[in-house]
Amino acid sequence: MSTRRRFLAALVALPALPRRTLAQPSVNPAPGVDARILNTPQGTLEGILKGAPMRKGRVRLELPSVAENGHSVGLTVSVDSPMSDANYVRRIDLIADKNPVPLVATFFLGPESGRAEIESRLRLNGTQRVSAIAQLSDGSFWFDAADVVVNELACLDAG
Amino acid sequence: MTARIQVPRKAQRGEIVEVRIVIQHPMETGFRYDALGRRTPRNVIHTLVCRYGGVDVFRAEMGAGIAANPFLKFFLRAQESGTIECRWVDSENVSGSVGARVTVS
Repeated sequence: MSTRRRFLAALVALPALPRRTLAQPSVNPAPGVDARILNTPQGTLEGILKGAPMRKGRVRLELPSVAENGHSVGLTVSVDSPMSDANYVRRIDLIADKNPVPLVATFFLGPESGRAEIESRLRLNGTQRVSAIAQLSDGSFWFDAADVVVNELACLDAG
Repeated sequence: MTARIQVPRKAQRGEIVEVRIVIQHPMETGFRYDALGRRTPRNVIHTLVCRYGGVDVFRAEMGAGIAANPFLKFFLRAQESGTIECRWVDSENVSGSVGARVTVS
């Protein structure tokens, strides 16, 4: 190919380059955490675990298996913990894999809570997996995940 | 902003009480466009702190993934008579608070 032809081909190919517009992170990232990686489920998870392992169990995430629309989906997350001064749940993170900002919320609890159970309502951008990650007072991470079929998306504009 | 908090009025010492809170707020995602094609800026209640007995007993950091008019239900161990107070602040720095008194016997 001539230089001119190659140049023209490159010019045509230019708009096809992947342009990634990144949404703002839902919460301020911790120092040293890149705000951009917070917008992928993997990055969100890395930001929470910081290299520590997590195991399935102890956490129970309850979500409807089918949601009529994604604007408001009820959720209950509970963790099997005595919630005593020596053994309690420190935090619970909720991650929705396909949301523009996967980190939905972080809840901080303490022994004063008495019971590690939280109920709320989510916005879901389509059929996806939602995970709840709990960190106990000993630093260990536990998780549970649930799949939700969403018939009508919450944010059609965001795509 | 209107908000409602529900806490049992009376409790036994050591009893675990249920706290329900709902706040009227659009929880704007920042991904919506109005009729003129302008982006509606993101505005969410990003932090909610609940205080009881002089300590912060519960904190929620939320994003646009929480549905409009955020609802939260959580639990607290009744220690002494006092106010369970929740304060929150949104992206436009508008804050609000709502509290309920619980009598512990």
